Amino acid sequence: MSVLRINGGQVGWTRGETWVDSGFAKAQSKTKLRPNKWAQSMGDEQITLLHIDGPDNNPDLPWEFSEANKAKVKGILPHYPSNYKQSAVIPLLDLAQQQHGGWLPVSAMNAVAKVVGVAPIRVYEVATFYSMFNRSKVGKYHLLVCGTTPCMICGSREIEGALLKHLGVERNVADYTNGSEGYTYNYYVGFCREDVTTQRVVEIVEMLRKGEKPPVGTQNPKRIMSGPEGGNTTLLSDPKPPPCRDLDAC
Amino acid sequence: MGLGLLASRTLKTSRVLSSQYSRFRPIVTKPGLQSPDASAAAPATQPEPTPPPPKKPVGGARVHFTNPDDALEVFVDGFPVKIPKGMTVLQACEIAGVDIPRFCYHSRLSIAGNCRMCLVEVEKSPKPVASCAMPALPGMKIKTDTPLAKKAREGVMEFLLMNHPLDCPICDQGGECDLQDQSMAFGSDRGRFTEMKRSVVDKNLGPLVKTVMTRCIQCTRCVRFATEVAGVQDLGMLGRGSGEEIGTYVEKLMTSELSGNVIDICPVGALTSKPFAFKARNWELKGTETIDVTDAVGSNIRIDSRGPEVMRILPRLNEDINEEWISDKTRFCYDGLKRQRLNDPMIRDANGRFKAVSWRDALAVVAEVTLQVKPEEIVGIAGKLSDAESMMALKDLLNNMGSNNVWCEGTGTSPNADLRYRYLMNSSIAGLEKADVFLLVGTQPRVEAAMVNARIRKTVRASNAKVAYIGPPTEFNYDCQHLGTGPQTLIEIAEGRHSFCSAISNAKNPAIIVGAGLFERDDKDAIFAAVEAIAKNGNVIRPDWNGFNVLLLNAAQAAALDLGLVPESSNSIESTKFLYLMGADDVNLDKVPADAFVVYQGHHGDQSVYRANVILPSAAFSEKEGTYENTEGCSQQTLPAVPTVGDARDDWKIIRALSEVAGIRLPYDTLGAIRSRMRTVAPNLLNRDEIEPAAFGPSLSPDCSQKISSTPFKAAVENFYMTDSITRASKIMAQCSAMLLKK
Repeated sequence: MSVLRINGGQVGWTRGETWVDSGFAKAQSKTKLRPNKWAQSMGDEQITLLHIDGPDNNPDLPWEFSEANKAKVKGILPHYPSNYKQSAVIPLLDLAQQQHGGWLPVSAMNAVAKVVGVAPIRVYEVATFYSMFNRSKVGKYHLLVCGTTPCMICGSREIEGALLKHLGVERNVADYTNGSEGYTYNYYVGFCREDVTTQRVVEIVEMLRKGEKPPVGTQNPKRIMSGPEGGNTTLLSDPKPPPCRDLDAC
Repeated sequence: MGLGLLASRTLKTSRVLSSQYSRFRPIVTKPGLQSPDASAAAPATQPEPTPPPPKKPVGGARVHFTNPDDALEVFVDGFPVKIPKGMTVLQACEIAGVDIPRFCYHSRLSIAGNCRMCLVEVEKSPKPVASCAMPALPGMKIKTDTPLAKKAREGVMEFLLMNHPLDCPICDQGGECDLQDQSMAFGSDRGRFTEMKRSVVDKNLGPLVKTVMTRCIQCTRCVRFATEVAGVQDLGMLGRGSGEEIGTYVEKLMTSELSGNVIDICPVGALTSKPFAFKARNWELKGTETIDVTDAVGSNIRIDSRGPEVMRILPRLNEDINEEWISDKTRFCYDGLKRQRLNDPMIRDANGRFKAVSWRDALAVVAEVTLQVKPEEIVGIAGKLSDAESMMALKDLLNNMGSNNVWCEGTGTSPNADLRYRYLMNSSIAGLEKADVFLLVGTQPRVEAAMVNARIRKTVRASNAKVAYIGPPTEFNYDCQHLGTGPQTLIEIAEGRHSFCSAISNAKNPAIIVGAGLFERDDKDAIFAAVEAIAKNGNVIRPDWNGFNVLLLNAAQAAALDLGLVPESSNSIESTKFLYLMGADDVNLDKVPADAFVVYQGHHGDQSVYRANVILPSAAFSEKEGTYENTEGCSQQTLPAVPTVGDARDDWKIIRALSEVAGIRLPYDTLGAIRSRMRTVAPNLLNRDEIEPAAFGPSLSPDCSQKISSTPFKAAVENFYMTDSITRASKIMAQCSAMLLKK
C-alpha cells in the first residue's frame, strides 16, 4: 500500500504512501453531524471511533506478527524500559500496519496489546489518536489531500476536484473494485508533495498507475528542496556572530 | 461546595462591567487583565486593608503530617497555610478554605489536568497554573481571586461550553450538575461561538448507565474510575482534537459491579442513571441518610424519595466503609421495593389460596397454633435483611415460648457465636489497606462484598500487595494467584508444605479473609482450625495487627451472632410443627414436615411464601428504623425514608403484638425499650458508627476433633445481582443478570 500526501501547494511520500487531502473542515462538520449514518453508509472507520465487525475485520480473526516481524518486535521492545513496555505501542502498531497491507484490523491491535501487556482499549486509544494508523481497509495507494488553511489558499479544493474527477470516485470512498486507489481526506501532517497543480496531480496518479515513483518533495522543477523558486534571496553568506559577545572576556 | 459566595461575588462584578461595555462587545475585560504584572504590583504599593479572618478548610479537610519535617508553608490569597510536602496547589487551597472550581480533578483518582478549570495565579509564574497538577512549593504565593485567575476560568468555561449542548431543561443532571453550577459562578453570561456544535454517538454501556455523549466535556473521570477503581479497562479516550470521544471502540458493555459510580463522578449529564432517567428532578427529592442492607458491608447510602416512592439511592461518604462508592446492587435494587410487596396479613384457606384478613384475625390464628405445639417443635429463622431489634424480639418470643431453636439464615447449623473474632472482619475494611499479602479462603469478594473488593484492589494498586485465592475458579479484577479449589490446599499451607507459606511469613501485615459461605459446610470447625494454624504460623494476629478476617454475606449475620441467635439442635427444622420465618427466604424448606404450620413475616412475596400458611406483612429496610451490624462489627442505623406499604408494620412490632395475643407479653413497647433489652445482650449494637473489636483471639478457640473433608469450596454467591428478596424482585437487577453475567 502506498499513501500519497498531496497538498494545496504540496504533495509528498511517506514510506511509500500517497496522501491527498482537502476540504477537511467541510467533511468534518458533515461527519460530526450524522456520525452514525455516515459510518454505516460510508463504512469508514477512519472517521468514526467505533469498530463495526466485518468479514475482514473482527476480533475473532486470528492475527499474529510474521516470523520476520517477530524478530523485529524483539528488536523494538528493548528500546523501552521493561516497566514501561507500553511505550512500544506506536512502533509495534506501525509494524503491524505494514504487515497487514497498510491498515490495522482490530485483531492486530489486540495482538499488539498482548505484546506490550496492556488492555486493548489502551491500544485503540493510540490507534485512533494518530491519523497515520488506518483502522479500515485502504487501497494500494492512499491519496490524501490536505485541507488546512494554507493549503486551501494555495488551491487544495481545486486539486481535490481534479483528482476526484480523474479517478471518478467520491471523497472518503475507497474504490477497491476496479483499481488500486483508495482516497480519503486528511490534515497536512508534514511530509508532503508540494507545489502540486491540478495538472500535476493527474500526472502523479498516472505515474502511480504505471508503477513509477513520483518524485518526493516539491513538484516545481524550479525549486530545490524547500528553498524558494530561483535560488536563495536571504542567508547568502555565513551568519555574523552576535556583536555584543566578547569571547576573550569569558 | 463553597461556590455560592464566589458566585455572588463574580456575578456582581460582571454586572457592573457589562453595563459599561455591553453595547460594543459581549465579553468584557478590564485594562488590568491585559497586564497581569501591573495588577500584581499594584497591591504592594497600596496600604493593606485589614484582611478578613482566615477561612475554614473546604469540606472539613484535615491535614495529616506523617513527618513534621515535610511541612511547608504556602500563601493562599495572602494567608499562610502549612501543608505536607507533595500536596498540590489545589489541595493547599482547600486546606486554606478556598474552593477551586474543577472538573477533571477527583481526589480518589489519578490526576489528569486536562479540563483547565482549576487555573490559579501563582506569583512569578508567567501564566496561570493548573492547580490540580502543580505541586505546591515552599513559599509559593497562590492567588485565587485575582482578575487573571477569574479571566482564565471564564475563558476555560467558554471553551467547555462551546461544544456542550444547551439541553439543561431535558438533562437529568440538571440541578446537580457541576458544569451548570460552575458556569453560573465562574462563566460569562454569553459566548462567542457561533458555529455548529458537534454531536457524538451515544454509547451502550449496559442497563445501568445512560449515555448522552454530546454532553461530555472529556474530563476522563469515568475512564480513570473504570481503570483504577473498578478495574475494568473498557473505557478509553478515542480520537483527537475536536473529534475526541469517550468510548469503548469495540461494542462492549461495562461489566463492573461498581459501574454505577461513574454516574456520580461524571461532572455533567453525559453519564446518568438509566433507571432514573426522566423520573424526577433532584430538588423534588427528600434525602434520607441510611444504610444499605444488600450485603454485609453496610455501605452508607442516601435514599432519595418522592412521596411514598424511593426514586434512587446514592452513596454517602464514609472513609471507613465504602469511601464514596457503592455497588450496583446497592444503587439499583430500589425498584425491587415497589414490586411483589406484601401489604395485607393473609391466611391460606382450605383450597390453598391466600385470603387477606385483618391483623387481629391473623395474629389470633398464629397465637392459637403456638399454644397447641410443644416448645421443642417451635423453630424461628430470621432472614438476611433482619435488623437487630426484630431479631432480639424474635429470640425473646421463642425463648418465652420455651424454644431455643432460633437462628439467622446463612450462619449454618452450628454457628460459633461465642468467639466473636470468628465471624468478624477483625482488621476492619479500612484496615485492609495496611495489608501486603491477602489469602482469600473460599470467598470471592467481588460478588460477596464489592466494596471490600474495591478496598483490596486499592491496596493491590497502591502497594503491590499479593493476593492468593483458594476456591472455585473465578475472575478477579486484580492480579490473583489461584492456589487451589478446596481444603486440601488449605491444609498444605497450614502444615507449611505449600510454596505460599513463605509469602505469608515474610509479609509485614498478612491478611486472611475467610468467606462466610464456609459456615454452611459440615467441616467448618476444622477449616477454621486450619486457618487459625496458618494465622499462628504466619504471625497474622499480633497486638498491632489482626489479619484474621471473616467476610460475612448478609446484613443481619453479625448482629444475629452477637445476639446469640444460635439453634439448640442442628436438625430441629425436620421435626418442627411451628416454623416462624422472619423474612427468611433462602432456607431450604424441603425438610419441613408437611403438617408444620409456617408463618412468613416479611416484606416481599418471595420464595418462602409458597410454603407459608400465614403471611404477616412487614416493613423493608427503607421504611423502618433498625440497627444493623456490618461485617467488621460496626453497628449502624437505618432510618425510614418512605412510609410502609399497605397494612405492613415494623418487624419487632408484629412480634410484640403476637406475644401479647399468645399471652406471653414481651416487656417492651418502644424502640427505646427494645434497645435497652439489646443492651443487656450485646451492648456494642448501641454504640452507633463505632467498631467494637473482638475481645479474644484464637487462644481461646476450642480444640477441634473434626476431620476436614476434601469437597472443594463452593461459590457462595452465584448471581451478584440477585441475592435477597428485594433484589430478586427488582426488574433492573433481572436485566443486569440477563445482560451482564457471562453464561
